Amino acid sequence: MTDMTMTHSAQPKARQENYYTASQWQLFWSRFKRNRLAALGGAVLSLFIFIALFAEFLAPYSGQADTRNPDYTAGPPQLIRFCDSAGCQLWPFVHDMTSSYSVLEKSYQVEVLEENGQPLRRPLQFFYPAGEYKLLGLIPSDRHLFGVEQGFVHLFGTDSNGLDLFSRVMYATRTSLSIAFLGVMLSFILSLFFGGVAGYIGGWVDTAIQAFTDLVRVIPPIPLYMALTAMFPRDWSNTQVYFAMTLVLGLVNWPTLARRIRSYLLASREEEYVQAARLAGASGWRIVVRHLLPGFASYIIVELVINFPYRILDETALSIVGLGLRRPTMSWGVLLQEMTTVQAIQLTPWFFIPLIFFVVAVLSFTLLGDGLRDAADPYSGIRR
Amino acid sequence: MILSTASSSQANAAFWRFLATRLLVSLLTLLAVSFMIYGLIELMPGDYAERELFRKYSGTGVTITQAEIDRVRADLGLDRPFLVRYGEWLWNVVTRLDFGPAFRVETSVNALIGDKFFYTFVLVVGAMLISYIVAIPVGIWVASRKSGIGDGVVTLLSYLGLALPNFAIALVLLMLNAFVFDLDVTGLVSQEFRDAPWSMAKFLDFLGHAYIPLLVLGWSTTAFQLQTMRGLMKDEMGKLYVTAAQARGFSGWPMLIKYPARHAVMPIVSTIGFDFSRSFNELPIVASILVLGELGQELLLAFLDADQNTAAGILVCITSVIIAANFLSDLLVAALDPRVRMRGGR
Repeated sequence: MTDMTMTHSAQPKARQENYYTASQWQLFWSRFKRNRLAALGGAVLSLFIFIALFAEFLAPYSGQADTRNPDYTAGPPQLIRFCDSAGCQLWPFVHDMTSSYSVLEKSYQVEVLEENGQPLRRPLQFFYPAGEYKLLGLIPSDRHLFGVEQGFVHLFGTDSNGLDLFSRVMYATRTSLSIAFLGVMLSFILSLFFGGVAGYIGGWVDTAIQAFTDLVRVIPPIPLYMALTAMFPRDWSNTQVYFAMTLVLGLVNWPTLARRIRSYLLASREEEYVQAARLAGASGWRIVVRHLLPGFASYIIVELVINFPYRILDETALSIVGLGLRRPTMSWGVLLQEMTTVQAIQLTPWFFIPLIFFVVAVLSFTLLGDGLRDAADPYSGIRR
Repeated sequence: MILSTASSSQANAAFWRFLATRLLVSLLTLLAVSFMIYGLIELMPGDYAERELFRKYSGTGVTITQAEIDRVRADLGLDRPFLVRYGEWLWNVVTRLDFGPAFRVETSVNALIGDKFFYTFVLVVGAMLISYIVAIPVGIWVASRKSGIGDGVVTLLSYLGLALPNFAIALVLLMLNAFVFDLDVTGLVSQEFRDAPWSMAKFLDFLGHAYIPLLVLGWSTTAFQLQTMRGLMKDEMGKLYVTAAQARGFSGWPMLIKYPARHAVMPIVSTIGFDFSRSFNELPIVASILVLGELGQELLLAFLDADQNTAAGILVCITSVIIAANFLSDLLVAALDPRVRMRGGR
C-alpha cells in the first residue's frame, strides 16, 4: 500500500490522470510489469515457445532411428572445446568419440578417437545443411543451427540406442508444450460451454452439471487419467495417441474452470448492466458473450495460464509410467521414462536433462501465471 | 442465551438433516465412481482374457486360438454381459464387502488389497500429517512476522512444490542415491518380511523404509499448504480484532493461536478430503518409480491389464476414504465454527 501511494503522489499530475483514465488492459499491463519474477517467467517461456516452433532448426538430428549413432550408445555429453591436449584454436570443435557397452566391465566405455597421436577434432559448423524439413510446416529448408561434417555432435549425450538427446529434448519440448496447450484449450471450450449453460440457464440443467462436476472432482485426477489412457489401443499410431491424449487432458479438466465461470455468471446475472441489456432486448447468448464474458476475460486468461503447468505435469507423469505418449513420439515424459527403465542410473546421469527442462518450464509458467493473476486482480496493489 | 437454547434443537435437526443428505450423496457418488471405472475398463480394446494369453505365450511362438480365449473368458465369467457382471460385483461388494476375484493374480481382490490398503493409508495420511505439522506452524509464524524474507522463501517453496512434483523428487532421489548415499530407497518392506505376518519387527522395518516415500509424497502437499496457510493467516492478521487483542496486551504465540490462527486454519480443515485426494493423486507414479508395491502401483498394473475388479475395488476404497475425510472435515468445521452448526451446514 505504501509504495503505491508514494509513487503516485510523487508522479506529475498528468501521469496521475493517465492512471485514472487508463483502460483495464493498460492497468493490467502496468501492474504486470512491476513483477520482475513474472517477467522472467515470461521471458523463459518465450524461449521455450521458440524451441517448440523451431525444433527442427535447433536440433542437429531427427532424434529418431534414422540418425542413430551406433558407435556412441549411452555416450556422455560432448563438450564444445576450444582447447585440448594438442593446443588451442579459435573455432569451437568437439572430439570424435565412441561409446559402447562392455559386458566384461558392466559399464559403457568411452574413448576419444585419435589421429597421429592427437585427439580427432570435429569443428562445429553453423547453419549446417543436413536432414531436410519444413520450417513451421511451410518453408522447406535443410539448415540446422549447428552440425559437424564428419562424425557426430551430441551436446546432451545420447540415449541407450545412440539417439542424440539434444535433438530429442528439442522435439520433446514441442510435443509437451503443444499437448498441454491443446488440452487446456479443449477444456476451456468445454468449460465455457457447460459453465455458460449452467450459469445462465440455471435450474435443473445447473443442478445436473454441478452433480457431474462434483462426481469427477472426487476421483483423484491421475488415476482417472490412467483409466482413460489405458483405453488407447496398443496399435494406435502416434498421431492417434497424441490427439487422444489431448482429448483426455481436456475432458478431465473442464469441471473446475466450468465451475468458476458458472459462479461468476450467477453472480453477475443480476447486475444492473445485464438487466439493462436484457431490457434493451438482447438475447441470452448475446448477453453472455457480449456483456458477461468480457468482464471475466482477464480471469479466464489467467486461469488458463495457471492450468498450463498442471497439464504439462499430467502428460509427463502419465508418460513416465507408460500410460501416456509412447516411443517413438518424443515428449519430456517419454524421455524420462527411458531414464527409469535404465538399469544403472549412475552410469548415465545425463538422462536427467529432460527433467531440468520440465522443471524450468513448469516454474516459469507458474511464475507467469501468478504474475498475471496478481495483475488481473485490481486489489493486488493494496492487499499483499 | 435463552434465545440460543430455544433454537438449538431446531439447529440440531437441521444439522442432522444435512448429515443425512451428505451420507446419501456420498453413497451415490461411490456407486457412480465404481460404475464409471468398471465401464471405462469395459470400453478398453481387448479384455483381460486376451491380455493374459498374450502375456503367457508372447515370444513362445504358440498361436493363440479363439477357443483358448473363449475358455479363459468362460473361466473368469467374462463371457457374460457387462451389466450382469457389474451387478454381481456390486451386489457382492454391498452385501459382503467382497470385491470379487482379482484377474491378474490368482487370489481375491480383498486379499490383494488387504495389507496394501494399510500401507497406502499410512503413506497418504502420513504425508498429510507431515504437511500439516510443518505447514500450519511455519505458515502462522511466517505470516506473523514483519520482514518479507519468510514470505519470499515460502513463495519460492510453493513454486518448487509444483515445478518439482513428487515423481520428479522421486527420480532425483533415485539418482542422488546412486551417487551420494547408499540407501535402500525402493520398496516398503524388506524382502524377508514381504509375506510374513505382522509383527513388531516387520512394523519397524516398514517404518524404516516408509520415511523416504513419506517425505517424497509429503513434499508437494507441504509446499502448497505452507503457501495457503501463510496467505490465510496474512489476511487474518490485518483484521481489527487482532489489533484489539494486541491492544489488550496479548502477544506472541498465545495471541496468534487464540485469535487469528483459529480462523485462518478453518479452510485447511474443510479441505482434508481434498488433501487426501491430492496426496493419493501422484502415488501411482511415485509408487512405480520407487517400486512401493502398494495400492497406487497395483492400480496402475490393474489398468494396464484391464483388471476390472481390482481397479474398481481400489478406486472405490480410495474414494470411500476421500468421501469419509470430506465428511469428517464437515463435522470438524461444524465443531469449530458455531455458525455452520446453527445454519445446518449451509
